[in-house]
Amino acid sequence: MADKPVPIAQRRLMDVKLGELPNWAATRDFTPNGILSAVRRGHDRFYNKYINVKRGGIGGVAMLLTGYVVLSYIWEYDHIKHDRWRKYH
Amino acid sequence: MLSRLVFVSAPVLKSTAPLGAGLVQASRSVHTSQQSLAPVPALPEKGGKVRYGLIPEEIFQFLYPKTGVTGPYVLGTGLLTYLLSKEIYVINHETFAAASIGIVIVYGIKKFGPSVAAFADKLNDEKVSKVREVKELAVSNLQQAIEDEKKEQWRAEGRQNLFDAKRNNVAMLLEINYRERLHMVTNEVKKRLDYQIALQNLQRRMEQEHLVSWVEKSVVKSITPQQEKESIAKCITDLKMLAKIEQARPTV
Repeated sequence: MADKPVPIAQRRLMDVKLGELPNWAATRDFTPNGILSAVRRGHDRFYNKYINVKRGGIGGVAMLLTGYVVLSYIWEYDHIKHDRWRKYH
Repeated sequence: MLSRLVFVSAPVLKSTAPLGAGLVQASRSVHTSQQSLAPVPALPEKGGKVRYGLIPEEIFQFLYPKTGVTGPYVLGTGLLTYLLSKEIYVINHETFAAASIGIVIVYGIKKFGPSVAAFADKLNDEKVSKVREVKELAVSNLQQAIEDEKKEQWRAEGRQNLFDAKRNNVAMLLEINYRERLHMVTNEVKKRLDYQIALQNLQRRMEQEHLVSWVEKSVVKSITPQQEKESIAKCITDLKMLAKIEQARPTV
């Protein structure tokens, strides 16, 4: 079924093909307002899906903590680099 | 000019048409957005599905068409091998600390998870039931108020009977008063008329008596001694004649 071609700016990220990614990124709104609204949207999506439910499980909080752990590992990598076992990989 | 007003008001009216009749003039629109009367949607029961407590189910569904069921696991294993072999993830003292903590956390969650969940559910249910109680109370109060209002309306209808009875009472009082006064009036008039009649009777009787006594007096006065003697003599002669006639009769 052939849909009318939707302009790239209005498509969601999952519908954008890989080759069009730079084009799509160019149409995004990088003003501070835009970034703030994007962060708020992402937060609302995560919150309403995993935390703001009647009987939530461990998943929501666990994902947040895992993300925190990973992020802090990435920030400390320059320091952890010195504990490597081998010099050449 | 009026036609221009129609052209201007038509789209505004169309956009606010769902609000129904009784709409204000086109120049003023108070509610411009659709009012939805649906109740607020309830919270979802369960959160998004997460496998092993960490990985959302969507990743498994995303990879299923291309790689089947084992795809994400293979991806995970390969990623881990890559990270370890390239020492992007370095094994140091922190690794053992993380592993111990991870084991303790997993054990704790597996053991105490359900009870904590039940406790939290109980708290939630208490909150909800309290609020629901308030709502029920308010609803029942309002219904009671409706019942009472209906009763009051019925009573207000009954007031007509009360007014009729009172009106009857008042009419009767008025009637009684009127009749009393009528009686009083007739009595008074009768008394006045009786007085006049008695007065006239008295007048006539007094005139009669006075006249009679006056005539007697004048007659008595007019009998002079001369006439008295003559009348006595006549009476004697009449008597003598009568005696003679009486004597003469038995002999016939």
